[in-house]
Amino acid sequence: MGEEQVRLDVASDGDIVPARARGRALADELGFSRTDATLVATAISEIARNIVVHAGRGEIELRPAYDPDRRGLVVIARDQGPGIRDVDAALREGFGTKGGLGLGLPGVRRIMDDFAIESAPNQGTTVTMRMWRDLRELNGTGQ
Amino acid sequence: MSVAILKQGDHLIASIQSALRDHEVLELRDELADRVGRLRARGIVIDVTALDVIDSFVARSLRTIALTAKLRGAETVIVGIQPEVAVAMVQFKLNLEPLHTALDLEEGLELLNDLTAQVRQRHG
Repeated sequence: MGEEQVRLDVASDGDIVPARARGRALADELGFSRTDATLVATAISEIARNIVVHAGRGEIELRPAYDPDRRGLVVIARDQGPGIRDVDAALREGFGTKGGLGLGLPGVRRIMDDFAIESAPNQGTTVTMRMWRDLRELNGTGQ
Repeated sequence: MSVAILKQGDHLIASIQSALRDHEVLELRDELADRVGRLRARGIVIDVTALDVIDSFVARSLRTIALTAKLRGAETVIVGIQPEVAVAMVQFKLNLEPLHTALDLEEGLELLNDLTAQVRQRHG
């Protein structure tokens, strides 16, 4: 397998579109369906915007993961921003704005198979998330 | 900006050409609010066929555009949401309500004609 991890600086809204495009490309390489690639791209978009809006800058790391019977796409978002004071609240549906269109974190957590946030006040936030798909669900290129 | 806006009769057609940066989305909002007044438009069609991702920010912005246009006397219809994007929006529980949507530009313009017919009658 040729795919390596990539690290992308996220420092402005102009970095969001390229970050999610790289995520989509990796999903394609892994053989994920178009719908799954779109879900991953949307999740990266939300998480990258969180960095820009709340921390100002940070980075997103993307890499593949290989298990005997499945392939994973790993997204790690890191920043040294103010941190999330109340992680549980940030993950609650509808937090941030009316109508649940706020931070997007609840949606990200829902669509990713693994999702973890480490955050401490003034020490930044790291979000680690993975989407796994069984080999038999993948398009030919991933196998 | 990566959006082409043209006027057709009483309507504005905004065709998004590629993925937009956040500030371009906000520019589109302001530009449409301005043009609705200047060009006395009764309706707006926003074609999002070129968007491969509609996240919470874009969804919220499209709602804002429509609500702003409504306050300026115009209806808005979103057309061209791609099938994968539609699935993702449902999974993320994003919704465009109270926006009007249609499959493509043609159906969007038809819907706008229906939506604005009453207004036109009133104004002769």
